[in-house]
Amino acid sequence: MAPDYAKEVLEGSPRAVARLISWLEDEDERAYPCMEALHPHTGKAYIIGITGSPGAGKSTLTDKVTFAFRQRGLTVGIVAIDPSSPFTGGAVLGDRIRMSRFSVDPGVYIRSMATRGFLGGLARATGDVVRVLDAFGKDVIIIETVGVGQDEVDVIRIADATCLVLVPGLGDAIQSMKAGVMEIADVFAINKADRPGADQLAAEVVSRIELDNQFKPKEWMPPVVKTIAVEDQGVDALMAAFDAHREYLESSGKFIERRKERVREETLRMIHDELFRVIRDALVSNGRLDGLVHEIMEHKRNPYAIMRETVSRWLRASCER
Amino acid sequence: MASNRKIKMVLAKPGLDGHDRGAKLLARIFAEAGMEVVYTGLRQTPEMIVETALQEDADVIGLSSLSGVHNYFFPRIVEVMKEKGLTDVLVVGGGIIPTEDVPFLKQSGIAEIFGPGTPTNDIVDFIRGNARQRD
Ligand SMILES: Nc1nc2c(ncn2[C@@H]2O[C@H](COP(=O)(O)OP(=O)(O)OP(=O)(O)O)[C@@H](O)[C@H]2O)c(=O)[nH]1
Ligand SMILES: [Mg+2]
Repeated sequence: MAPDYAKEVLEGSPRAVARLISWLEDEDERAYPCMEALHPHTGKAYIIGITGSPGAGKSTLTDKVTFAFRQRGLTVGIVAIDPSSPFTGGAVLGDRIRMSRFSVDPGVYIRSMATRGFLGGLARATGDVVRVLDAFGKDVIIIETVGVGQDEVDVIRIADATCLVLVPGLGDAIQSMKAGVMEIADVFAINKADRPGADQLAAEVVSRIELDNQFKPKEWMPPVVKTIAVEDQGVDALMAAFDAHREYLESSGKFIERRKERVREETLRMIHDELFRVIRDALVSNGRLDGLVHEIMEHKRNPYAIMRETVSRWLRASCER
Repeated sequence: MASNRKIKMVLAKPGLDGHDRGAKLLARIFAEAGMEVVYTGLRQTPEMIVETALQEDADVIGLSSLSGVHNYFFPRIVEVMKEKGLTDVLVVGGGIIPTEDVPFLKQSGIAEIFGPGTPTNDIVDFIRGNARQRD
């Protein structure tokens, strides 16, 4: 019989949390009954995303922010994501190095994850892992994304607040940023402010935010905070920025609105994934897919008609069931 | 779906010596072999290493020691693992370890000790052959 990890997670077993997360990473079906049982216990944690280019100081900042939350008496879960090698499937997960002081703190649970080919700056199971830590009772959950280029912004679909970490000295950071990337940040951290160019970068970000605001007025103007994570400087200001943002979310009703939007998207995505899986497995297992591919290659039939026919056959079949 | 399973390793450097270039290189090598390797950084206590392995659900703990602390640290780690119920996790060691210490270390629960110059392929094969099968 499968162990009842849901019950054990709720009883506070870190081991059960660890095993359940592995099932989720492996897409092991035994995880899903556990997730169903945990669902009533989720939704309480405050979720922060920390993203930015490789080496920007995300892990170091995560460490400092975690410490600040611990000072407030809150417990913290951390999900730290690093890329898998597309060639070997392996990964070096090095984010914990900066967070060693919490490895024996029972109020902090850290899990490293590899992307396993999933794009978007996260691992596929990130959302589920956050829910496990939430049900486990962590008050705050911090997601450290992989060191992202500019397109990997999935973290905003999970986090209540996203912090974009920028560093001076990477050239025309702002100019070269694609439309849309600036918009993901609820808070900007200009880290490595001990380096030359930090003031200038901060000023550029501020003026860009103001410019954007003229085109499209916003209710929330993201604060821009200078930090020197390695020296623990600016962390109070960063915490104040998170607090202000949360206050805004709650007083404006956006907190619930954003979460509602997310549940919508996610529910649709889950239905999509499952439908796809069921139909794919059926087509592959009875060999039909090979036959269809052959017919398409031979121009006997076309993929558009096959798509329509396959979908409607499945819908009919499931209605009759 | 067996293809989704990866061997997860926690690679740790117990003790006080301050170099980790070797350990970082090893982390790369195990990753190249397809494993997911959590590197913990320097100056880890046995408690820190075991807690990390627990949270990460590691299949293997790899210990690298250059500073002569292995006779205390390695067995202590196995002891803490037992206290925490991590009885199915493989522990292997390496670094500068005199051969006369090896029998004692193995007796105290270290599955294998790899001396300097062991071909890394051998280490990888040993881990693949001996890490637990995930249930
Ligand atoms: N000078 C300076 N160095 C910093 C600062 N913050 C972090 N660093 C250093 O920058 C390097 C990278 O820091 P990490 O915290 O590992 O960066 P990261 O964004 O998590 O890196 P990845 O996860 O690999 O993308 C480390 O050597 C840090 O010590 C800072 O404020 N100033
Ligand atoms: Mg990092």
